[in-house]
Amino acid sequence: MYPIITLSITGLLTLFLGLNSNRKALLPFSIFGLLIAVASNFLDWNKPGLYFNDMLAIDNLVLVVQTILLFSALLIVGISDGQFDEHASPAEYYALIQFTVIGALIMVSFKSFIMLFVGLEILSVGLYILAGVDKRNLRGNESALKYFLMGSFATGILLFGIAMYYGATGSFDIDGGLSMAGRLPEGKIFFYIGISFILVGMLFKISAVPFHFWTADVYQGSPTIFTGYMATIVKTAGIFAILKLTLSTFSGEYPFWSKILMVVIVLSLMVGNIAAVYQSNVKRMLAFSSISQAGFMLLSLLGLNSLSYGNLAYYSLSYALATVGSFGVLLILSNQVLENGRPKEDFEVFNGLMKRQPALAIVLIVSMISLSGIPLTSGFWSKFFVLNDAAGRGYVWLLVFGVIMSAVSLYFYFKPVRAVFKEPNPGHEHIELRKLPKLLLLATAILTVILGIAPNIFRGLF
Amino acid sequence: MLTLLLFLIPLIGGLLILNLKSQKSAGMFSVLVSVLQILLFAYILINFDNPDFQSNLNFDHKWLADFDIRFHLGFDGLSLLMVGLTVFISAIVLYFTSTMNYGKLSMFSALILFTESALLGLFLAKDIFVFYFFFELALIPVYFMANIWGGKNASANTFKMFIYTVFGSLFMLIGFVFLYMRGQSADINTLKETVALLPDGLKTFLFWGFLLAFAIKMPIFPVHTWQPAVYTESPTPVSMLLSGLLSKMGVYGLIRILIPFGYTGVKEFGIIVIVLGIIGLIYGSIIAINQKEIKKIIAYSSFAHMGLMAAGVLTMSTAGIQGAIFQMIAHGINVVGLFYISKIIYEKTQSRELSGMGGLAKNAPKLAVIFMIILLGSIALPLTNGFIGEFLLLKSVFDYLPFLGIVAGLSIIFGAVYMLRVYQKSMFEYPGFDELKDIENKHLWVLVTLALMILIMGIMPNTILEISQSFTENLIQLK
Repeated sequence: MYPIITLSITGLLTLFLGLNSNRKALLPFSIFGLLIAVASNFLDWNKPGLYFNDMLAIDNLVLVVQTILLFSALLIVGISDGQFDEHASPAEYYALIQFTVIGALIMVSFKSFIMLFVGLEILSVGLYILAGVDKRNLRGNESALKYFLMGSFATGILLFGIAMYYGATGSFDIDGGLSMAGRLPEGKIFFYIGISFILVGMLFKISAVPFHFWTADVYQGSPTIFTGYMATIVKTAGIFAILKLTLSTFSGEYPFWSKILMVVIVLSLMVGNIAAVYQSNVKRMLAFSSISQAGFMLLSLLGLNSLSYGNLAYYSLSYALATVGSFGVLLILSNQVLENGRPKEDFEVFNGLMKRQPALAIVLIVSMISLSGIPLTSGFWSKFFVLNDAAGRGYVWLLVFGVIMSAVSLYFYFKPVRAVFKEPNPGHEHIELRKLPKLLLLATAILTVILGIAPNIFRGLF
Repeated sequence: MLTLLLFLIPLIGGLLILNLKSQKSAGMFSVLVSVLQILLFAYILINFDNPDFQSNLNFDHKWLADFDIRFHLGFDGLSLLMVGLTVFISAIVLYFTSTMNYGKLSMFSALILFTESALLGLFLAKDIFVFYFFFELALIPVYFMANIWGGKNASANTFKMFIYTVFGSLFMLIGFVFLYMRGQSADINTLKETVALLPDGLKTFLFWGFLLAFAIKMPIFPVHTWQPAVYTESPTPVSMLLSGLLSKMGVYGLIRILIPFGYTGVKEFGIIVIVLGIIGLIYGSIIAINQKEIKKIIAYSSFAHMGLMAAGVLTMSTAGIQGAIFQMIAHGINVVGLFYISKIIYEKTQSRELSGMGGLAKNAPKLAVIFMIILLGSIALPLTNGFIGEFLLLKSVFDYLPFLGIVAGLSIIFGAVYMLRVYQKSMFEYPGFDELKDIENKHLWVLVTLALMILIMGIMPNTILEISQSFTENLIQLK
């Protein structure tokens, strides 16, 4: 609960700090703000409680997820060191990042649908801006507009769903749906409409198919650093919001929503992995990969059991580490090579990375291996957990399907890895790399490997 | 604890070596690590039959608490032999790499040591997920080595290998998840009892899933297409690792996983695999006859041998499995020796093609003698190790179906044809290298050791067969 307060304050202060012409203090201050948030987060440890008129519920599990969110934001902010040009206004960016994190924190701890909506809007509105901050970029404008229109549409659907839900249950509380358990299906028609609309609104946010059409364009058009942010924070917050729903108000209606989810998972895995094969732009590839990862995460919800929370937390952490790693390397490399004044974002930017900058090469390789789910990295265990969840509920064919799709994904995840071993493109041998991003990126790779070798150090928390 | 130590020494050694800058100290250190490994293995080997010693050989630690997945390493007869082979071959590969000029030696040695560690983990695994973990893991350092030090087509070829093997092993993973869910345990020994209770459809699936994974890894016909190019284009140490050790992962998997968990499938569909194995055996031999490059010939001969091993294992007879275990070790030693010599010949003649060699025996008699012994081991001449393995394997196939045994027997003739052709073209015919020096002492003693092992194993096969005897008998009883 405390991080919501501290981040609001530090976020505002960051904005004021931006009035000063000296930009050097912005980054340390934002990191400081996020660190304070992480520290204050643990004041609630072992003290589960309800806040804001019982609209937020905090317990240890929530705290772990919130820490993952704050940690991802921290990584993204740290990696942005030295990546903004003179046209940028970092004060606003860093302030918006801190504000959006608040939204994400609310989304994983809500107890009332009001809070879900508030959190989602805080997160989304900030991101609509961040997606379009590069005003001179046509694609950036396109992506911001697309994200905004599609996002508001999805929020509308979500709100409509919440209204239906309220009408059916008479409550905004997420436990309100439990009172519906005894009724006949005919009496619950509005309830069903409500939860399916809420589900659709949320599935849009985590870019599950068929609500994914914005993803590739938005990912491609937004500045890389914010794409990375979007890919980690929104996905984690969204999936945990859905998990919270499935564990509480949806829990009595498993036969109903599991069918929706099943279709979404199959489509996400198929579209995500197969479309990614054909991408020549790294960010588009990562966009489709994030769609398929969303599909994998949903598998855990489909196989909902007592271990799901821990499994998904592990998945989110592992996914955040790998995503930050891959976007971070892409960010640093693509900003060095301009093509028509824009950062170059096809697979060629990775050429010869092993010779140019081995540290980045290793980070990239580890991230890609982790995303594709090969052992030694945390990605293997996270895929194992979610597939095991689904198979445990009897969705054996989904296990087989997921594994086959995971084999397909090898092809595109290894495109960058193969480029790393090629000869460097002439004239692009030198890579400018600051200490902080290098350190953080290496940390993601090392953590990914440590979590892959000893998964129990994190998985054992649950 | 000793088991864990055996597994950790190469891992830690590899991490330390990465930090060494000088080529010379990296080479020295890698050899030191190998010597340490060999000594530790010798200690385990000597005390293996001592009942008080057994507790030292087991390492069991919880890996994932909620899932009852344990990091469980342990020994039995088969593991002991495979570990011995791994330790020994890795030592030779490390020594070989340190004597050759590949560049970035510290990284190369470290990656070889990581591969060794993963292989040891695999051969010692007592838990299906530990098995899977290392099965995949062993490939990653090899992928890097082949990419960084490989020839111009290495990237595409190793990528093909990577996709093939990972694709196959994913089916093994599905199988393991099924087994794990049904048995509520991930322990290999516990799960053996669960298998009998599974429905027939699942048993069939398990058989095909596991088979695909191991068949690609070995490789056997018709999923072998990644193999010749990778063996040829990779730097020689990688070819040695792939042919000498990584291909054995497939055979080991057949024995360790496929037979116990898929035995109903083996009974039902075994004949298909045996026929495929024999097709590969004949097909590989015939292609090898027509090749012009030494490395290609070794690659195809290796592929042929793998086919016979698969056929032998799938007969589920004592002779077949004992023969396959023996042949794994024999083939490991022989093929590493052959690759070693092919690299030495390349260094001397700067030619990969047979047509660019010739007359080496005149100026390099020692090389010629050693080459002959290793070559004869590969042809399976009596008194060499290859004979014992091939004989047992052929016997098992003959007992299974006499016709197949006769067809498979042809491979010995083909083997003699392509191997002796290599020898004739490289060692005799037109003497083209008058200035040629004989093999250096730093290589000679390694190859002499290999040659001695080939002869010792051929003369006293029982020393090895006895170690795996009880394991094989237990396995056969499953029927």
